[in-house]
Amino acid sequence: MGIHRSHRVRPLEWLAEQLIRLLSLTAILVVFLIFLFVGRESLPIVLGQMNSAAPQTVIPVEQFDSLPSERIRAYLGLSAKEFQSLNQETLKALLEIRVEAALEGSTNRDAGLNTTEWRYLLKPYQWSDYERPVYIWQPVSEVPKYNLVPLLVGSLKTTLAALFFSVPIALGAALYVSQLASPSAKELIKPAIELLSAIPSVVLGSFAMLVLATALQALTGSQFRLNALLAGIALGMASIPVIFSLAEDALTSVPVAYTQAALALGASRWRAAWQIVLPAAIPGVFAAVVLGFGRCIGETMVVLLASGNASILSGSFLDPCRTLTATIAAELGEPVVGSHHYRMLFLLGTLLFTVTFLTNVVGDLVMHRLKSGLEGRK
Amino acid sequence: MNRRFAGQRRDVVSLLGTGLTLGATLICLGILAVILGYLLWLGAPQVSWRFLTAGAESDMFDVNKAGIFPMLIGTVARVFLMTLFVIPIGVTTAVYLTEYAANNSLLTRFIRGAVNNLAGVPSIVFGLFGVGFFINFIGGQLDEWSASPAPHWGKPALLWASLTLAVMTLPVVIVATEESLKAIPPGLREASLALGATKLQTLCQIVVPHALPGILTGGILAISRAAGEVAPILFTGAAYYLRDTPKSLSDQFMDLAYHVFVLSTQSPNIEATRPLLFGTVVVLLLLTFSLNWVAIIVRARMRRANRVGN
Repeated sequence: MGIHRSHRVRPLEWLAEQLIRLLSLTAILVVFLIFLFVGRESLPIVLGQMNSAAPQTVIPVEQFDSLPSERIRAYLGLSAKEFQSLNQETLKALLEIRVEAALEGSTNRDAGLNTTEWRYLLKPYQWSDYERPVYIWQPVSEVPKYNLVPLLVGSLKTTLAALFFSVPIALGAALYVSQLASPSAKELIKPAIELLSAIPSVVLGSFAMLVLATALQALTGSQFRLNALLAGIALGMASIPVIFSLAEDALTSVPVAYTQAALALGASRWRAAWQIVLPAAIPGVFAAVVLGFGRCIGETMVVLLASGNASILSGSFLDPCRTLTATIAAELGEPVVGSHHYRMLFLLGTLLFTVTFLTNVVGDLVMHRLKSGLEGRK
Repeated sequence: MNRRFAGQRRDVVSLLGTGLTLGATLICLGILAVILGYLLWLGAPQVSWRFLTAGAESDMFDVNKAGIFPMLIGTVARVFLMTLFVIPIGVTTAVYLTEYAANNSLLTRFIRGAVNNLAGVPSIVFGLFGVGFFINFIGGQLDEWSASPAPHWGKPALLWASLTLAVMTLPVVIVATEESLKAIPPGLREASLALGATKLQTLCQIVVPHALPGILTGGILAISRAAGEVAPILFTGAAYYLRDTPKSLSDQFMDLAYHVFVLSTQSPNIEATRPLLFGTVVVLLLLTFSLNWVAIIVRARMRRANRVGN
C-alpha cells in the first residue's frame, strides 16, 4: 500500500496526507500532555518546594500600613493578580485570620512541621497525640498528614484480591473458549463474556455495596460490611473481561498446526491445549495478567463504593481500606487549587499514571514479541 | 499394564481439565446473568414513562415524584459532544496508520504505543488531566483573554467533560476503525488506483465508505464506554443537583451514571430511595447494553460480508 511517487506532485494529495499525519499525532500529544499537566501540578511536592508548616513569624495587623505591599503579598501567599483584586479591608481580615491561627496552632508542637516532605510521606512518624509512630493519611486536620503507605497498601491489597479471584476464572474461560469449545458455542460465549465490560463500574460498585456486601458478610462473619475483600471481588468482576479477551486473543494466535500436530500424535484436545498451546502462548497470557493488574489498580468507582475508604494501615483483607484512586475521587472536590492537599492528590495521579504506563509498556512489549515470534515460526 | 494405566489416567486428567475450564466459563456467564437478572428484577418495575420524563424540581430523592429526565439529557449531551471530537480524530489516525504509514517506522510505533497506553490510563487520571489542562490551563487562559470578572470557562463545564471523555475514548475509535480498514480486500484499493483514481480519491470514495460499519461500531463502543464512566466527569462537569438542564457549553450538567453514585452514597435514606437507584441503574444498563449489542451485530455482519467479498 505504498504511496505512488507520482502522487507526490499533486498539491492537494500532498496537503491531505500531511494533514492526516498531523492529526494522527494527537494520540502522542495527548499522552504527553497528560504527563505534563498531571505531573506539573505535583512537581512542587516532588521537588520539596511546598511548605505546609504554619508561618513562624506573624505580622500583626497594625503593621499593615508600614510594611511594603510586596512583603504582605508574599506573606499571604497570594499571586500579584489576586493581591490587586482584594481591597484593604479584606487583606486586613486575612492578616487577622493568620494571627488567630498562629495563636491556636502554637498549642500543637507539630504545627511547625512541613508535612509535605518526603520523610513524612513514606516513613511513620509519631504525631503529638499518638502513642507510637504511625502511617496515616489525614489531609484535613490541623496538621495535615500525607503518608502514602496506607493508600499504596490499600491499592495493592484490593488489586491482589481481585487478581486472585479473576485470573484463574478468566484464564480458564479463555482456554476453554479458544481451544475446547465448538465454533458455534465460541461465537455465543465470547461476546457474552465480553459484554461484562459493558456494565459500568459505578453499577458494579453499587451492586457490590448493596447486594454482595450483605452476602459476603454473612459468609465471612467480618466485622465490616465494606472491606478490601469485597472491593477485590467486585474489581475482579470488572477485570475478568479484560484478562479474558487478551488471553483468548493470545491463545487464538497460536497457529492451528500446533494443535493439529498434537492431535495427530494421539493427544486429547485438553492435552493439546494444556501442554502445547498454553506454553506457546504463555507470554501473551502473562501480558493479559499484567494489563489486568493495570486495570485493577486504576479502577476508581468500584473501590470508592465498596472498599469502605478507611485510610488505616492493615494487613487484613477483611478490614476496610482506601486506594489511591478512591482518595483522588473522594477528595479532589475540597482543596483550593494550588494548595498542598490539591498538589498531593495530583502526586497520587502521577504515581498511578506512571504505574499503568509501565504495566502497559511491559504488556505491549511481551504481546508484540509473542506475535512476531509465532509469525516467524509459522 | 503400566501403559494402559497411564492412558486411562490421562483421560481422567483431560476430563478434569475440560470440566474445570468449562466451569470457569460458566462462572463468567453466571456473574453476568446474576448481576443483570438481579438488577433488572429489582429495577424494571420502577421504570415508567413518568420516571423517564419527570424532572427533579421538587426533591430528587422523592421516590414517587422524582424522575431522571435532566440526567438523561445531560448524559446524551456530553456523549454526543464527545463523538463530535473523537470520531474525526480517531478515524483520521486509523486511516493514517493503515493507509499511509510505513508499517515499522518509528513514528508508527510511537503512535501505536501512545494509543495502547491511552487505553490503559486509569479513568480518574483523565479526570485529573481534565482539571489540570482543560479547566485550569485552557479555561483559565480563555478567562484571562476575555477578561471576565467571574470564571466563565475556568470551571467545570459540559464542554470540558466531553473533551475529557473524547481523550479517553480515542483508542476505542482508533482500534475499531483500524480493524475495519484492514478487513477491506486490498483488491478494491488496487482496482481503484488502476483505474486512475488518486490515493485521496480512493480513500474518500472506496476505502472509507466500505469501512463505515466499522467506524460506526467504534463510535457506538466509545459512546457505550463513555456513558457509564463517572470518574472523568466528577470534577470536570457533572453536578450533584441543578435546577435546569444545560443550556450552553459552559454549563454544568446532571448525569445518569453520576446519579447512580449520588443515590448510592449521598441519599438521606438509602433504604427508602433504593427503587430510584435501581430504576436509574436499569436505564443506564439498557443504554450501554443495547449500544454494545448493536456494535456486536454490526461487527458480525461486517465480518460475514467481507468473507463473502473475499
